Amino acid sequence: MFKFSAHETRKPQLVVVGNGMAGIRAVEELLARAPNRYDIAVFGAEPQVNYNRILLSPVLAGEKTFDQIVINDRAWYERNGVALHSGERVVDIDRTEKMIVTDQGRRVPYDVALLATGSDPIIIPVSGATLRGVTTFRDIADVNAMLQSSAPGRHAVVIGGGLLGLEAAAGLQVHGMDVTVVHLAPSLMERQLDPAGGGLLKAELERRGIKVLVSANTTTIEGTDHAEAVVLADGTRLPADLVVMAVGIRPNVTLAKTAGLAISRGVLVDDKMRTSDPEIYAVGECVQHRGQCYGLVAPLFEMAKVIAGQLAGSVADAYEGSVVSTRLKVTGIDVFSAGDFAPGEDREEIVFRDATRGVYKRVVLENNRVKGAVLYGDAKDGPWYFQLLKDGTDVADIREALIFGQAFVEGAPANDAGSIAALPATAEICGCNGVCKGTIVDAIVGKGLSTLEEVRAHTKASSSCGSCTGQVEQLLAATLGSDYQSTPKIKPMCPCTTHAHDEVRKRIVSDGLKSIPEVMQALSWNTPNGCSSCRPALNYYLICAWPGEYRDDKQSRFINERAHANIQKDGTYSVVPRMWGGVTSAQELRAIADVVDQFEIPTVKITGGQRIDLLGVKKEQLPAVWAELNKAGLVSGHAYGKALRTVKTCVGSEWCRFGTQDSTGMGVQLEKMTWGSWMPHKVKLAVSGCPRNCAEATIKDFGVVAVDSGWELYVGGNGGVKVRACDLLCKVTTAEEVLEYCGAFLQIYREEARYLERTAPWVERVGLDYVKKRMADAEARRAAYERFLFSQKFSQTDPWAERAHGVQANEFRTLAKVG
Amino acid sequence: MDWLDVGLIDDIPQLGARVVATVVGNIAVFRTAGDAVFALEDKCPHRSGPLSQGIVHDRSVACPLHNWVIRLDTGEARAPDVGCAQTIPVRLDGRHISIDLASFIESRRDERVVYLSECRPAR
Ligand code: SRM
Ligand SMILES: Cc1cc2nc3c(=O)[nH]c(=O)nc-3n(C[C@H](O)[C@H](O)[C@H](O)COP(=O)(O)OP(=O)(O)OC[C@H]3O[C@@H](n4cnc5c(N)ncnc54)[C@H](O)[C@@H]3O)c2cc1C
Ligand code: SF4
Ligand code: FES
Repeated sequence: MFKFSAHETRKPQLVVVGNGMAGIRAVEELLARAPNRYDIAVFGAEPQVNYNRILLSPVLAGEKTFDQIVINDRAWYERNGVALHSGERVVDIDRTEKMIVTDQGRRVPYDVALLATGSDPIIIPVSGATLRGVTTFRDIADVNAMLQSSAPGRHAVVIGGGLLGLEAAAGLQVHGMDVTVVHLAPSLMERQLDPAGGGLLKAELERRGIKVLVSANTTTIEGTDHAEAVVLADGTRLPADLVVMAVGIRPNVTLAKTAGLAISRGVLVDDKMRTSDPEIYAVGECVQHRGQCYGLVAPLFEMAKVIAGQLAGSVADAYEGSVVSTRLKVTGIDVFSAGDFAPGEDREEIVFRDATRGVYKRVVLENNRVKGAVLYGDAKDGPWYFQLLKDGTDVADIREALIFGQAFVEGAPANDAGSIAALPATAEICGCNGVCKGTIVDAIVGKGLSTLEEVRAHTKASSSCGSCTGQVEQLLAATLGSDYQSTPKIKPMCPCTTHAHDEVRKRIVSDGLKSIPEVMQALSWNTPNGCSSCRPALNYYLICAWPGEYRDDKQSRFINERAHANIQKDGTYSVVPRMWGGVTSAQELRAIADVVDQFEIPTVKITGGQRIDLLGVKKEQLPAVWAELNKAGLVSGHAYGKALRTVKTCVGSEWCRFGTQDSTGMGVQLEKMTWGSWMPHKVKLAVSGCPRNCAEATIKDFGVVAVDSGWELYVGGNGGVKVRACDLLCKVTTAEEVLEYCGAFLQIYREEARYLERTAPWVERVGLDYVKKRMADAEARRAAYERFLFSQKFSQTDPWAERAHGVQANEFRTLAKVG
Repeated sequence: MDWLDVGLIDDIPQLGARVVATVVGNIAVFRTAGDAVFALEDKCPHRSGPLSQGIVHDRSVACPLHNWVIRLDTGEARAPDVGCAQTIPVRLDGRHISIDLASFIESRRDERVVYLSECRPAR
């Protein structure tokens, strides 16, 4: 501790050099322990207040503004009596007079000083490194410079494929720049990810249109006064209007060196965080402790606690270094890595791959102890593996299930809420601030917290990099039960965009977007022309928004819809003619039989949709098959489309002794009205002639059950993967009302559901009451019905007849035949 | 190299593909939005789905059967799926597309060879 002469009555003066994350966290921890023991002055070279450097990436990507990432606003400094001198750099420390000297010539006395000067970005010593247009990615000034020169179509080259480089690349790409990442090592983020994980990340970035060059060594940056190109060792020349240098950081020891303190790579400190001068402490990235320098906030915040303890008098507090686990969000992808995951002879590894979810996990064991772990795409179990690693737990008996995560091993329900509940109180939730589950739950219960913001304020959990926000919200939900309502996380439509389905549909209408390229441009898609999931969705949304005006984009349709036939596993197709209400005739059956013989179609089958399926038709044969079927009046049954499929019926009052209404006739009318309509997903109807319900109407998207006094109308049923019985919508008396209610319901579903969302999940999501309200308002119902009929005017031409007469001929012909 | 003219680029829709049928199997010829042309054997490495029928996006195609994404230039499946479709050299002279059929037929002569060939860019 420092000498403090008896007659002094003033408070001891603490001077902090560096208004950054570690320095101010130390001040916060000190204020919590000894609120008014020190007069505190902070000098910051940057003109701003202390902001969350980690969240510079979302600022660059336009997801956050600077104000949203401020940690301590001016009012905080005033409230806590901390004198902030921003935009003033400390250039020397007179350690004999105990004065700090600033670049504005001021000399300020200190009793104890704290160096928190962070680190400097490394500038690789190549010619052209100081040209205009070459920047680093360290502070808000860098970000503003990058934003100024980030215009669509211009070239950005990011040197460095670590966390910072990739975040910079992703941010610049959102602004439409043509981005290339140049990385020296053979795989990206080689310190946090193994080659396989690095490979996945590279593939994902390339899929989003970011070019990635690995094992690429930058030799020169060309340009007269402004950067023009980056040249690599193998001679490749990359045009560059902006060059971002993100190759790494080096502890900032300038001041310590001038002041004569002991330094190596960083400012050397002991376990009490004191430098070679016992009255000067150091914290953060500028520090070297037990030979280790840290570049992530978790260890820095641990140091800050120790320093605050020392300054508040608990001299026993010591910092022993940190075992680092990194849980990062790289361009929206969850990445977690801990320990040593390099392969070794006496090491085994367990690998898990899930292609569709884009998840890859690898756990490295050494005599049944976790030595290291790499998680890509789903990092939920990171803290658990890290706990096993730190505790050195013997995992022999849970070895088989280990890779499937804690919830699986401990038999908790697989859903997230369940796995959170299964975690012990000591389990770390927030890696950055070292906050465990117990602390968070105690704070929620003890202080009656109810929102994410309050938990952040009281426990710091999820207030730094934010990747544990989901788990903190689950803890709130688990602790508060039903009266907690989390901010609904909007799920992007697909990896090509940050926008959700509903927002895209709204913007198409509000901004008058009339083509897929227009939508992708206006909503800054991060890929040149989308992917196999967003293109079909956008094509449908545009058809629904602009009936009769939008030109269908065939190449954005799944093959079944493009070829108007279902593709089979052997590349042949199936043909399912429409059979109105399941009713057919000798003439139709003869035509079908003749076509089967003429084209030698291998399989003829009755479908679950009350019609006949011809399977094994070659693609070149389709137009000719359709022409023959058309001659008998048979048209496409759309058995391949996100469209109206079938209207199943039962015999009804025409024949059945129990029939109350003509269900067959009603089914035919419904099918005549609705066939050809493109929908968010396939739609199936049925009409039963009495409550015995032989046509299974109550598991259909729109079902009708006839009763003596009229018709019961049912919605939101499903007979497929997740069976759902319909909800009763209402009762009507006339056939016209059945048609109106059906048309209106389908139109509202068409306009408001998400692509590939059937009516069952849609009704459950928006609620039956909402649907009933929309349908009960006669005027709104009629208007929806009119909109449906209007859109049908443009979609009820038989696609088979068109193609039998040569429309889209190339689709059904090979480009060439050889030999 | 034995270049065979198989047609005009205008016969293939942008972000689409068409098939060249040969005695030893079909070849899918792709056209990107930027009018680059690529050719792959029309068999997905997963379960031989016809890649020519897939949705083309940027310089990849999503197989119509189970949605593997295959790169048009190397034939490689996107991680974490593992597999590689056979690439066939293709050339554009003006509007005419020609493919090096010999290398395809040669590779198909010994079926085993095809599966052992690892992924190499066509050019
Ligand atoms: C042909 C048929 C089976 C049969 O021989 O009866 C059939 C065949 C296929 N069904 Fe089905 N479904 C058939 C009636 C049904 C029924 C029963 C019905 O329609 O009353 C159901 C359950 C009822 C329902 O959907 O609510 C049904 C539930 C599904 C599902 C699950 C849908 C769901 O929401 O859970 C799928 C998957 C999908 O659509 O994405 C599916 C998907 C398919 C596909 C298109 C798979 C595909 O994407 O390639 C099958 C094409 C087979 C092929 O190789 O051509 N099929 N499918 C039936 C055609 C009916 C028709 O005439 O149009
Ligand atoms: C884009 C980006 C993303 C990141 N993402 C993550 C992440 O996801 N997870 C994670 O754990 N970490 C992340 N980090 C790292 C984290 O931000 C740093 O570890 C942390 O900011 C270091 O805190 P510090 O106080 O030591 O240094 P800094 O925060 O850099 O603060 C040092 C301050 O001191 C000032 N200064 C320097 N010398 C003087 C002087 N002589 N006089 C006066 N002032 C001076 C500097 O201007 C600076 O304002 C990220 C960093 C960046 C840039
Ligand atoms: S039940 Fe499955 S296998 Fe049978 S037709 Fe339907 S999708 Fe194909
Ligand atoms: S055959 Fe291509 S994805 Fe299965």
